[in-house]
Amino acid sequence: MTKILVPVKLVLDYNLKARVKSDKTGIDLTNVKLSINPFDEISVEEAVRLKEAGKATEIVVVSIGPAKAQDALRSGLAIGADRGILIETTEVVEPLNVAKILAKVVETEKPDLVFLGKQAIDDDSNQTGQSLAALLDWPQATFASTLVLEDGAVQVTREVDGGHQTLKLALPAVVTVDLRLNEPRYPTLPNIMKSKKKPIATQKIAEFGIDITPRLKVIEVHEPPTRKAGIKVKTAAELVDNLKKAGVL
Amino acid sequence: MTTLVLASHDQKTLDASTAKAVTAALALGEDVHLLVAGSNIGAIADEAAKLQHVKKVLKADAVTLEHQLAEPLADVIVSIAKDYDAIVTAATSVGKNVLPRVSALLDVQQISEITKVISTDTFERPIYAGNAIEVVQSLDAKKVITVRISAFAAAPAGSDSAPVEPVTAQSRQYRSSFVNEALVQSARPELTSARIIVSGGRALGSSEKFDDVLFPLADKLHAAIGASRAAVDAGYAPNDAQVGQTGKIVAPDLYIALGISGAIQHLAGMKESKIIVAINKDEDAPIFSVADFGIVGDLFKVVPEIEQALG
Repeated sequence: MTKILVPVKLVLDYNLKARVKSDKTGIDLTNVKLSINPFDEISVEEAVRLKEAGKATEIVVVSIGPAKAQDALRSGLAIGADRGILIETTEVVEPLNVAKILAKVVETEKPDLVFLGKQAIDDDSNQTGQSLAALLDWPQATFASTLVLEDGAVQVTREVDGGHQTLKLALPAVVTVDLRLNEPRYPTLPNIMKSKKKPIATQKIAEFGIDITPRLKVIEVHEPPTRKAGIKVKTAAELVDNLKKAGVL
Repeated sequence: MTTLVLASHDQKTLDASTAKAVTAALALGEDVHLLVAGSNIGAIADEAAKLQHVKKVLKADAVTLEHQLAEPLADVIVSIAKDYDAIVTAATSVGKNVLPRVSALLDVQQISEITKVISTDTFERPIYAGNAIEVVQSLDAKKVITVRISAFAAAPAGSDSAPVEPVTAQSRQYRSSFVNEALVQSARPELTSARIIVSGGRALGSSEKFDDVLFPLADKLHAAIGASRAAVDAGYAPNDAQVGQTGKIVAPDLYIALGISGAIQHLAGMKESKIIVAINKDEDAPIFSVADFGIVGDLFKVVPEIEQALG
């Protein structure tokens, strides 16, 4: 039967606007709401649906981060994952190093599938799934919008430039999920309560023996150039006149 | 030393994003070679050879590369990577799929979707849906970079052709295979390279109304069609048309947003447009905060009036 590993990340809630710190060292994350990365929520939901359909046996969620990253694991457990692994660190872990640590988790947990969000909405890197697949020498399907689990294989329809592409991957495999794969459920109160009793194992990042020294040095983080609101016009004719003057028609 | 650019193509023609990735690659200050990988891609390699300042084109022509799947494509790139200081490609769906695989195989931390080359090792890239810009210096000896297409101008075609040399694709068994594809056929300009984009939101109300309102205006302006995530989720427009943080990032001369409220995720995909027009019946819609010209009104009335005013 199929075991699914779902890495999840705690990020600034998607409804909130990121604020750059005044010393330009990064984004201010103190006293703001942090939530599970929305794409990761979709990957947990997909795993849970497979389990509910009798096609998956166990779902393990894993997160790398400070103690607070437990919140992302709890969100996954409330959707229906069975247990969590927290790999604790207060350091910044870049996507390649995240992939290296996840590869170690895969060695221990031996899942048949790893579902990841296609990108985290904080650093917008869109790398971890692909890099993990490379390190494991597993096949990959990114940007999944439909997923069908078959005997020993998974058929994935991907959102690509120009439309859709369908691939078949022999298991074990890595799939990264896109927005339209599913609409994650709102966990019910009883499920949230139940999730609090589900086990989370905590490990220190040092136990993995991976050098997590960053390869990218952040020189600064600054605000993007701001765009000023322009003018409101009354009529279509006035609009067309303005566009002609601006030289874009 | 030299920079390698993975060319983008659809097995028929060279994609316009290739010339933009070349511009970014040239900013690294080294010679630029192009890799064209696919099946039966001789004509595309010849076309790529005409791009100005490209010193050499490498052609990896093999049946296993026909659909540019990540595993065989990554293997080809890695097999020639030792000759290059930097590996660059446009952040297309193929580029985004394959390059992090390459970077892991080379033990390099990739720099995703750069919007500016500051020096040979320092780059700007947007984070948090473009709400912040990160300046990062890569400490890796080799650089692996994807390029945000909308941030770079296209390198022009030159009069001379660079030499084209074959590269052998490794043959090994892969555990992923192509089943089929469904590509949208459109005579309209491609979204990421269009000069004008007409984009629709949830306010259009149905797939039929989306087409009825947007198509005539787009035809008149020779514009590409875009959509907000809400419109795509509701099935009014194909996924390929989605503009935003996780969809296409565009920067046309003119972006016309019809019935799009302007969630930050959408603004992330279009706020670099030269001129933005917003038509929305809600005068407090956030889209107006980035629009150069706005009309508060019913788009079903205003759009036909615009067509009329265009003559």
